[in-house]
Amino acid sequence: MLWLLFKTFFLTGLVSFGGGYAIIPVIETEVVWQGWMTTQKFTDIVAIAGMSPGPIATNTAVFTGYQMAGWAGAAISALAMVLPSLILVLIVASFFNRLNHNRVMKSIFYGLRPVVIALILFASVKFALSTGMAAEVNLHVASLTGIFIVSLYSLVKRGTHPAYVIAMAGLVGMAFYS
Amino acid sequence: MKLLFQIFLTFFKLSPITFGGGYAMIPVIQREVVEEKRWLEEEEVTDLFALAGSIPGAIAINAATFIGYRIAGITGAIAATIGVMIPTFFIVVALSIFYVFFSGHPKVEAAFEGIRPAVVALIVFAAFKMRKSAVVDKTTFAVAAAAFMLLLFFRFHPVFVIALGAVSGILLIGIKDRLGIETAVDDHEQQIEYFMGADI
Repeated sequence: MLWLLFKTFFLTGLVSFGGGYAIIPVIETEVVWQGWMTTQKFTDIVAIAGMSPGPIATNTAVFTGYQMAGWAGAAISALAMVLPSLILVLIVASFFNRLNHNRVMKSIFYGLRPVVIALILFASVKFALSTGMAAEVNLHVASLTGIFIVSLYSLVKRGTHPAYVIAMAGLVGMAFYS
Repeated sequence: MKLLFQIFLTFFKLSPITFGGGYAMIPVIQREVVEEKRWLEEEEVTDLFALAGSIPGAIAINAATFIGYRIAGITGAIAATIGVMIPTFFIVVALSIFYVFFSGHPKVEAAFEGIRPAVVALIVFAAFKMRKSAVVDKTTFAVAAAAFMLLLFFRFHPVFVIALGAVSGILLIGIKDRLGIETAVDDHEQQIEYFMGADI
């Protein structure tokens, strides 16, 4: 299990371009494919990772690791996520700044950035499906969609802090769904 | 050894405030590393952050590794990385324990029922924030659309799609250069905006 966690998150760490939410579908694909947990449970983990300080992708890995194999799992997952970056930073740091002005490097990012946005949108579609937001039309689904719209509105238009949005949605859920 | 411990402690203290994404750290790091400790110049820190964004992984952790390396070489890099990771690691593990303990409780389940659509909104917002820097022209729009289709309808593995994106970037710029089409491949400020809060 520990080796499997290490392998999964080392690979994830290696392709973590753009950080944050772009990496969520990478972890989700692995986690669901390995049969570790359902997409719905994974959404809960992403929510908690998003509320914690620190990078969301690393937090998600630590959380998944803990759920699968306790303390050792959490530690291995954190290590595996950060190791590729650490190695690459050390390599780049030894020829500082040359990479940044390299045209090939820039071309790579020209192609990577739109892929990152596609990954993020893909994650949102997957999670929306797993919450049942698009399943059928009833009052419950309408209220979930309502939470989605109000959350998105406050993030985009009001500049509300993400942690605050999650906390408010949790309170609304507690008030109406129990 | 004393220096290594100081590096460790500096990033250990900074870590819990990386709430609003990696770039929220810049002013705090600058104050600590440039003004208080006088380890590096201000421009150096800004450059390191830009560089940290072009390496896979969380920008906050990468920046810490870079700065640690600039101050004290490889051991400095490791001290800074461990320092920046430990506080958030324990916070997340504490939350995991909390989650194991309380999941299944009706009130907690109800809270998550409400939180799930908010997470979807958070993710859509992340995509919204980087639209300008990622989709700069028709070509990048096509790449984004193609990648989205491959993921959603053809169920390609995300890692494979990321690799395809990198290759297509090189190919597309190569073709455009041959045809003599100017492409805005670099825009420093755009990159900064793109990574701002990218890893909330």
